[in-house]
Amino acid sequence: MKGSYDVVIIGGGVHGLAAAYYLAANHGITDVAVLDKGYMGSGGSGRNTAILRSNYLTPEGVKFYDRSVQLYQRLATDLDYNVMFSQRGHLTLAHSDASLRTMRWRAEVNKVEGVDSEVIGPAEIKRLAPFLDVSPAARYPIMGALWHPPGGIIRHDAVVWGYARGASARGAHIHQNTEVTGIDVAGGRVRGVRTSQGDIATPVVLNATAGWSTLISDMAGVSMPVMTSPLQAAVTEPVKPFLSTVIVSGTLHVYISQTDRGELVFGASVDPFTSYSMRGSLEFIEGLAGHVLELMPALTKVRLLRQWAGLCDMTPDFSPIMGKTPVDGFLVDVGWGTYGFKAGPVSGEAMAQCIASGQTPDIIAAFGLERFGEGALVGEKGAAAVGH
Amino acid sequence: MILLPCPWCGPRVATEFAHIGEVSARPDPGSATPAQWRGYLYLRANPCGWTRETWYHRAGCRRYITVERHTETNEVRSATPAREAV
Repeated sequence: MKGSYDVVIIGGGVHGLAAAYYLAANHGITDVAVLDKGYMGSGGSGRNTAILRSNYLTPEGVKFYDRSVQLYQRLATDLDYNVMFSQRGHLTLAHSDASLRTMRWRAEVNKVEGVDSEVIGPAEIKRLAPFLDVSPAARYPIMGALWHPPGGIIRHDAVVWGYARGASARGAHIHQNTEVTGIDVAGGRVRGVRTSQGDIATPVVLNATAGWSTLISDMAGVSMPVMTSPLQAAVTEPVKPFLSTVIVSGTLHVYISQTDRGELVFGASVDPFTSYSMRGSLEFIEGLAGHVLELMPALTKVRLLRQWAGLCDMTPDFSPIMGKTPVDGFLVDVGWGTYGFKAGPVSGEAMAQCIASGQTPDIIAAFGLERFGEGALVGEKGAAAVGH
Repeated sequence: MILLPCPWCGPRVATEFAHIGEVSARPDPGSATPAQWRGYLYLRANPCGWTRETWYHRAGCRRYITVERHTETNEVRSATPAREAV
């Protein structure tokens, strides 16, 4: 590790590594260090359920996540690394009139923004996912769904490794097992960071630490409207391929997809309290199993392989916090809640541009920290944590 | 499983409760600036360690309690009646 870098990125997940990659690839800035207190992708990047989509509700959100899907579509070529992106289609189920209304609203916003998205009925849902119980007698009957063909799943570890390799090959230094213990600020400017491996002088620090982002921003004296909660997920033993789409139910707080290996990956909404603990709970697995069987009764004999949790830095409006802060040279790419992984490429690209140009790019202008002081929130009801 | 020692009902599973959140001082609505008020609405300490927070025993006594909890281990140190409703 050198004693100084032009840019220090805290957090070696998809966001931090993508920022390092695009700083080098798009702007020629290569004197960059990426620090992680654990190993690359040990936080949210390795704990999410690898779902990509752009069918959000706000125009700001749709534009932003659509750019991310576009970058993901060509990522394997850009990085020369197989990220196994499978655009198998994404179904968000509606179990009530209110929910169906939100789906129609989302579909219209999506179409205006040029994103492929449509509301479909139970017969079409049954054709796409025959194992779903679409009978009207179900406890939570499936009344319709938002069908989003470009959505899908990807190999999340490969995305992390691909960006890491690309950034490293262009000159960035990646330091694992390097915990940031302090940030030096003098005269309203960032001067450097202190780490468990020594001090680094730098004029630019990017906080890309997701669930732990409050702790890093506190070191720079920047207050944030963030609450950290665990989100739990689980995976089953592998079974033969039978599910070719991603299934999401906001009402039942569950999303389901089948990996290329045949395992079913289940995710939920965040635990209903704040915590930095990443232990799984019995309450979660009971609730999850009940909800999955509600949707697909045929899965009663499938056994769970393991469960885990990741940390979500939730904001009041379910949109991220990106860009500059009151401290010069201290930038944030945080508040990623339940939607961080799918936004990795566009966030890296936008933060790299922000660092290189000193200007906030238009695509993230709505997501600044100042919006909370001004009351200009971006209410993103299309986020996974929002029940419909 | 997290057990909260409700001062009225005894130890109960946390799923019986609603998590209200950090205890923070409410500024006077008559004299607070918009920035102070929005800070009160949105900014959170979100500590990784001991915190004082409010829980509501919705499936029990339906009273608000103040809980001291460690946010990394979820260890609970105390639970007392909340001074005032949130």
